[in-house]
Amino acid sequence: MSLSREEILKVAKLSKLSLSDEEIVKFDKELNDILNYINMFNEVDTASVEPLVYMNEEVNNFRENEVRESIEVEKVLLNAHIHEENAIVVPKVIGE
Amino acid sequence: MNVYEMTAYEIREKFLNGELTAVEIINSIFDRIDKVEPKINSFVNLRREKALNEAKLLDEKKARGEKLGRLAGVPVAIKDNMLSLGDKATSCSKILSNYESIYDATVVAKLKKEDAIIIGTTNMDEFAMGSTTKTSYWKKTANPFDLDRVPGGSSGGSAASVAASEVPISLGSDTGGSIRQPASFCGIVGLKPTYGRVSRYGLMAFASSLDQIGPLAKNVEDIALTMNVIAGADDYDATVSTREVPDYTKFLNQDIKGLKIGIPKQYFVDGMNEGVKKVIYEAIEKFKTLGAEIIDVDLPHTKYALPTYYVIAPAEASSNLARFDGVRYGYRSENSQDIDKLYTNTRTEGFGDEVKRRIIIGTYVLSSGFYDAYFKKAQKVRRIIKQDFDRAFEKVDVILTPVAPNTAFKLTDVKTPVELYLEDIYTLSANLVGIPAISVPAGKVEHLPVGLQLMGKYFEETTLIKAASAFEKIRGKWELPNLD
Repeated sequence: MSLSREEILKVAKLSKLSLSDEEIVKFDKELNDILNYINMFNEVDTASVEPLVYMNEEVNNFRENEVRESIEVEKVLLNAHIHEENAIVVPKVIGE
Repeated sequence: MNVYEMTAYEIREKFLNGELTAVEIINSIFDRIDKVEPKINSFVNLRREKALNEAKLLDEKKARGEKLGRLAGVPVAIKDNMLSLGDKATSCSKILSNYESIYDATVVAKLKKEDAIIIGTTNMDEFAMGSTTKTSYWKKTANPFDLDRVPGGSSGGSAASVAASEVPISLGSDTGGSIRQPASFCGIVGLKPTYGRVSRYGLMAFASSLDQIGPLAKNVEDIALTMNVIAGADDYDATVSTREVPDYTKFLNQDIKGLKIGIPKQYFVDGMNEGVKKVIYEAIEKFKTLGAEIIDVDLPHTKYALPTYYVIAPAEASSNLARFDGVRYGYRSENSQDIDKLYTNTRTEGFGDEVKRRIIIGTYVLSSGFYDAYFKKAQKVRRIIKQDFDRAFEKVDVILTPVAPNTAFKLTDVKTPVELYLEDIYTLSANLVGIPAISVPAGKVEHLPVGLQLMGKYFEETTLIKAASAFEKIRGKWELPNLD
């Protein structure tokens, strides 16, 4: 499998990235080189193998549900670009 | 002896017995930093005033006769992807260039609780994606052993800061070798603990099933000392094991007679630098003289670790980095009329090329139609690689390999992404499998350090420390560059 120019544009859109024509040419080659390398693992027979998903030995760590201190609103807003009245300001989301 | 030349253990001793005050320690450390930092560029943010103030408070605490922590007076550097309340943390990305931490990472809270003094945050590849530290938004770091060469990466600043004697210990993060490879290139010791041994709370996530925080230090003793502090359960990270934390210092200076060391033939392949190979074979001979038993082991799926890693790591990264959208924190692109343009422009302007490359690969392998062929396939091969290691560890206690196929490359070297990824072939498996691995200086090729890697069974950092400590003794004294 390899990536076409259209597929790169589609994946970039899904990733919320915009690529210039120059970048598309550069990434096209690099991404296909990487994918060609990755495809090597198709040699491995995995028909009867379960995917390895959880790396931690304990699946759940339970604790009592209790009230604890959490981070204050002022701190949460500290790194927001623009905020007003405890809310983060963004461009208009709902159309006319 | 100058303070900056000392290990963490020595600094702590001299502070506790009154030979040095914390203020003297911090002043001496900053004198050293002022002298060598223009050549090395390990740090992206220094806590000069804060560190000095904390040192004064620590001296007062000592004067009052209060109980002092296990790292009392020890200067520590942390990687720029770890949070320290009120300090900058940017992951060396433009997208976080103005980010200020609003809480302490658990490892940072533990260091502070034990009276260590945080000196600053260190340079790294953007979001820990790289093996040169050259993808940092801020600057390039030099290798203290050769200023024209890379320190390795992604924890290149953490490794260089220790190798340049700017700090005795630092913390790094390791997703595919990012502690061990720079430790090898910079001639110091670096440990990637077992997945789930150290809390990741307050570490900016790259690939959540692979990331682990670990220490870098001048010797194995300081690694043990630091692990005693940073390891252990955490209410804020449910993936951390609740297993008891052993006293790692008890495994220093032990006899390793009868220790079974596995040598996987798949790690000694074509393309490996002949000088590196020679250093590693000489190290194996040294282990023999210590009474260790050398056993051939088979890790037949080794060559599939790289393809597997370069599906899983980008997939998890594309998901983790979705949070950087210019809304809640970080850089925001100006003049975006609608919310979708705000996201896209922010990310396009805020991320560097390597990060974009990995987000695109990751999004692709997770996208409908390719999920089974790539992501699920990678998870299956990951299990097969783990089974290779499970079988090998039935026969041996540790597995010995090189850390990297080459010594540090030139800062000016231009490599393709695949060529760079191939530099990680010996370190990726430990992350995929979740086992601990340590890099210890073994020798040099010309003037450049070469590290050997020891991989261990789950939660047996103890055995790695034991073997590495014994090796360190027989290897003999290891000099760091004076940089005068």
